[in-house]
Amino acid sequence: MGKYILKRLVYMIVVLVVVSIITFGLMHSVPGGPFDKEKPLPKEIIANLEKRYHLDQPLPVQYLEYMKALVVPRVSKQKFPNTIDDDALFKFKVGDYYVNWVNFGPSYSSRSRTVNDMLRDQLPISIQLGFLAFMVAILIGMPLGILAALKQNTWIDYLCMTLAIFGVSVPVIVLGPILIWIFGVSLKWLPVTGWGAKPPFVAGFLPKTYNWNFWKYAIMPMFALGLSSSASIARLTRASLLQVIREDYIRTARAKGLKERAIIWGHALKNSLIPVVTILGPMFASLLTGTFVTETIFGIPGMGRYFVNSITARDYPVIMGTVLIYAVFLVVSNLIVDLVYGLLDPRIRFE
Amino acid sequence: MAVDLGNTLKNSHDAGSPISLKSESLGKDALRRLVKNRAAMVGGVIIILLYLMMIFADKIAPYDFATQTLAEQNAVPPWLMKVFPSMEPYGKPPAGDVNKYILGADYVGRDLLSRIIYGSRVSLIIAIIGPLISLIIGVVYGSISGFFGGWVDNLMMRIVDVLYAFPSLLFTILLMTFFRNSLANPAPGSFGAMLSSFDSKLGGMLFIFIGIGLTAWQTMARLTRGQVLSIKEKEFIEAARSIGSSDSRIMFRHIMPNIIGPLVVNETLMIPGYINTEAFLSFIGLGVNPPTPSWGAMISDGSKVVRTYPNQTIFPALMLAITMFAFNFLGDGLRDALDPQMRGKT
Repeated sequence: MGKYILKRLVYMIVVLVVVSIITFGLMHSVPGGPFDKEKPLPKEIIANLEKRYHLDQPLPVQYLEYMKALVVPRVSKQKFPNTIDDDALFKFKVGDYYVNWVNFGPSYSSRSRTVNDMLRDQLPISIQLGFLAFMVAILIGMPLGILAALKQNTWIDYLCMTLAIFGVSVPVIVLGPILIWIFGVSLKWLPVTGWGAKPPFVAGFLPKTYNWNFWKYAIMPMFALGLSSSASIARLTRASLLQVIREDYIRTARAKGLKERAIIWGHALKNSLIPVVTILGPMFASLLTGTFVTETIFGIPGMGRYFVNSITARDYPVIMGTVLIYAVFLVVSNLIVDLVYGLLDPRIRFE
Repeated sequence: MAVDLGNTLKNSHDAGSPISLKSESLGKDALRRLVKNRAAMVGGVIIILLYLMMIFADKIAPYDFATQTLAEQNAVPPWLMKVFPSMEPYGKPPAGDVNKYILGADYVGRDLLSRIIYGSRVSLIIAIIGPLISLIIGVVYGSISGFFGGWVDNLMMRIVDVLYAFPSLLFTILLMTFFRNSLANPAPGSFGAMLSSFDSKLGGMLFIFIGIGLTAWQTMARLTRGQVLSIKEKEFIEAARSIGSSDSRIMFRHIMPNIIGPLVVNETLMIPGYINTEAFLSFIGLGVNPPTPSWGAMISDGSKVVRTYPNQTIFPALMLAITMFAFNFLGDGLRDALDPQMRGKT
């Protein structure tokens, strides 16, 4: 088990390095630079700016510098000054030494902020939204799927599955504006734009309070984003539960005279969840990237808007930072899924 | 005692034995079940209607999709104002013929209905091209990987793993920006210039196809590889090998026909995803070039004025949803119909 996790971690690092190289190469091969304005700046100023951000160096050097700032911790006896260059995501003290670790670099388009600032202030909002949508997906999808499977071929089943197909067919860009129009514009129950939680966040990403002021902003976007995933969870849960119910050991349990409830809750459900769990990892990751669209529609100040803007502005550190952070989420959630998979199914051995 | 089994069976058949071996080909059986599936049939009919609408867009659409009538910005016909009472304070019907625009006009006075009709082009074409690109790349890649095995397989699958770790939406966005910018002013006569001029002729669709195709084939590659691996070990492949069939013959004559069915079904189920990705790209402004209409771009334009003119978002959104319903219903029906566990059942 420990060896397996170690192997996976090493593999994850390799994958992330490759992802970073591809992203770096791709974004630098797009013509135009971060300081190309509609009214062109004088050559000397651009040269100075490029020197300031080390953009005058060869690409491999730039890449290595970037990775060094990201990975290698900086240690100093004095406290690091509170400047843009000395910012870092993790600042702590070990004994007499101040340590600054994980620096995603400055943002070119906003002089006063770093990518670390964005990860501190904007990313938590995206995570909150993604997580709430994930909860919507699970809490609606699983019960619906179980219900449909237990009442197979009844009107309940057909209703649930028709609802599910409708759900899958309504992406955020369709559901978002419609929800806004119904609940925001016509009924005026919920605010149309904004987000209820503001930095600083508890434990780095949790909102401070969960009162109505938080929920009234969260309800529409979390349903808009989570509903289509809940539909696919419902369909998968149903299919998998139906498959398990046909297995021999369920027949054995029935033959022993076990109560139907004990059969479903004790034997069938746990095994039927295995395929569902496998898609939860990728689903969480796709919900996190799905927040991009949702944030644009609902005017939520999360990462999404910044990413799309950063690409057009050639804000290299923001692009790199966002892609890397999301890639980390993706590989970590896949690892977690594989581990949970093993817990649920004892037949699976980690090698 | 030697029994001529073939003859016995033949005789019993000739005699019209009551235990007739009634068999149906898989295709017939599947088709019968598909036709019986009402939801799938409805989906299929809607899809046919949508494609007819796309093909005859010139004939059906009352106006051109790009003609702007600035005097009739955000025009709203009277019937819509009854449906959306919140528009009363803002909406005004066009001068003269109040029902000139059945669904209203957009912010520069273009007919919404015509734009919706023409906008079906992008979505419906991506519904064909997206699966095609991903099938071609994925099947070729996956079958090479599965067929040759060993280090080739290992290397090829590791590459797929890395691509899997890319947040695909971000990757698509990056790729689209790359296409849109690096090929914006290509050297004349180069391959880039050719692509670029072809793209602008298609209103920006070519790069969407490439961008989506390049990020969507990995699942197909994995599936194909799995299928090839399982078929490769079967006896009939061994038999083909023993009579000296070449690799390519085994691949194309023996393996391919056995795996292509499930792959196509799987690809059908992914069509709504492609439609969604295109709509999303157009929504954030990386999709089609204006004034080419796309439902995603229309939703994006409309959502800016959803408080005052909800019709500008809701109609394209409904069309997008209907299209995705139809493809989902048909895809589901196809999968159920071709599911071997369902054979012979209703």
